[in-house]
Amino acid sequence: MLLEVENLNTYYGESHVLQDMSVAVDAGEVVALLGRNGMGKSTTLKSIMGLVKPNSGTIKYKGTSIFGHPPYRVAKAGIGFVPEERRIFPNLPVLDNLRMGIKHGRHSSGGGRNPWDFERVYKHFPILKDRSNQKGSTLSGGEQQMLAIARTLMGNPDLLMIDEPTEGLSPVMTKEVRDVLAEISEVGVSILLVEHNLKVAMSLADRVYLMGKAHLGYTGTIEELDANPEIRARYLEV
Amino acid sequence: MDATTAMYVAQGIHGLAYGMVLFLLASGLTLIFGMMGILNMAHASFFMLSAYFCYQFQIWTGNFWLALLFAPVITGFFGILVERFLLRKVQRLGHIGQLILTAGLGLIILEGVKVIWGTESKPVLVPTYLQGLVNLAGMEYPVYRLFIIGISLILLIILSLILYKTRLGMVVRAAVSDADMVNALGINVPVVFMTVFGVGTWMAGVAGVVISPILTVFPGLADQVGMDAFIVVCVGGFGSIGGALLVSIICGLLNSYGVQFFSQLAPILIFIFMVVVLTIRPMGLFGERE
Repeated sequence: MLLEVENLNTYYGESHVLQDMSVAVDAGEVVALLGRNGMGKSTTLKSIMGLVKPNSGTIKYKGTSIFGHPPYRVAKAGIGFVPEERRIFPNLPVLDNLRMGIKHGRHSSGGGRNPWDFERVYKHFPILKDRSNQKGSTLSGGEQQMLAIARTLMGNPDLLMIDEPTEGLSPVMTKEVRDVLAEISEVGVSILLVEHNLKVAMSLADRVYLMGKAHLGYTGTIEELDANPEIRARYLEV
Repeated sequence: MDATTAMYVAQGIHGLAYGMVLFLLASGLTLIFGMMGILNMAHASFFMLSAYFCYQFQIWTGNFWLALLFAPVITGFFGILVERFLLRKVQRLGHIGQLILTAGLGLIILEGVKVIWGTESKPVLVPTYLQGLVNLAGMEYPVYRLFIIGISLILLIILSLILYKTRLGMVVRAAVSDADMVNALGINVPVVFMTVFGVGTWMAGVAGVVISPILTVFPGLADQVGMDAFIVVCVGGFGSIGGALLVSIICGLLNSYGVQFFSQLAPILIFIFMVVVLTIRPMGLFGERE
């Protein structure tokens, strides 16, 4: 397994937002983490990334514990994170936003023979080339999402954790983001995806985890979930 | 040149010199706040401490230049130790913890300098060639004020080059808007914080040294100039270097022309300016957040 999370517990003050949460991603896999709002999906990603301090459990990446490591060390180990709010740097031009993603002193496989650089990123995201001198704040929502993904790819992650990438996007933009994620997966980057759009998630993922309140409810392959309307109703329908 | 023009020019140079010193002090304060979210209550205390170091160096070596070189470096190093071993420890307590820590540190420095150097004003002397007036294009200018403006301009240019032309500068500007995200991209943010804190303290130290021959060195120095620096940061916008520069110069000029034209109102002009600006723009002139 590339990423193995077991019995993770995270608290926000008094509230126990992750209870014995477990999730695993194998090399080359796309894994979707689904569930209604407030179940702890984002907190799971943030706890792995070190942006939120988990209280107990194990987080192993490529067999080595990264539990409790600061975010920059988790990132250097090879995990890329695209947060829900995108969090591009509004005061920096697109070009500098991409430069910020470069991790110096890390020459990773990048999921293959072809590490991400400006040329490759611009090929996948031509809009960013056209906008390279514009400030991040002038981009549309969809363009900001593209930039956030591209910025993380510049660091050549082996595992991309991405939180609600299609939230608030038009159907056209949603399809573009979906296609980009499919391309990224094709070149060998593993993806842990939090997504509310079931159609997008099912079209990308190999396996799914469904979260109930603060803990894992169900796990299975896409085919199993597809054949099980009762599980879908219990965890996903509002 | 008639006497009235000469007076205006002289007041302008005085105001500009004070404004540039304010900038040296405020730029560190605003960068530290913008990036780390810390309102460093001890910033002006570092500034004062450096002025005392300068005085002490001059006693030992008799050389102003050595004092100008070493006092800010020692102050900056002290700042780095404070960040690394004190501020980082209280980070989990949030902003209140940092506020209390730096305020307490300010008090310790204030009492410390009183214990070591006493409460009376200490003079700092500048070399004779930096004293008096110089005649340029038919007008006379105070040499030392021009020296302050010159040295501040050099630092301003170096700071701008670092901020806008280097990778470190790009990282700092990104961290001013979102330090957690910079961290998640694989950049060692704690080390960047420590560097910025050290450089900011060093600049406060330079400000303390260059102002000391004019104001002398005394325990009230931190309060007197520190208040103006806080106003500059509020009005200019937290985290904005450009805002700090513009408002520093405005404050300097308000100060010197204020004394000339409305001498009784002069001490509160800068507060009136702050109230007017913050009423219209609560986030400050160039700030992005309140």
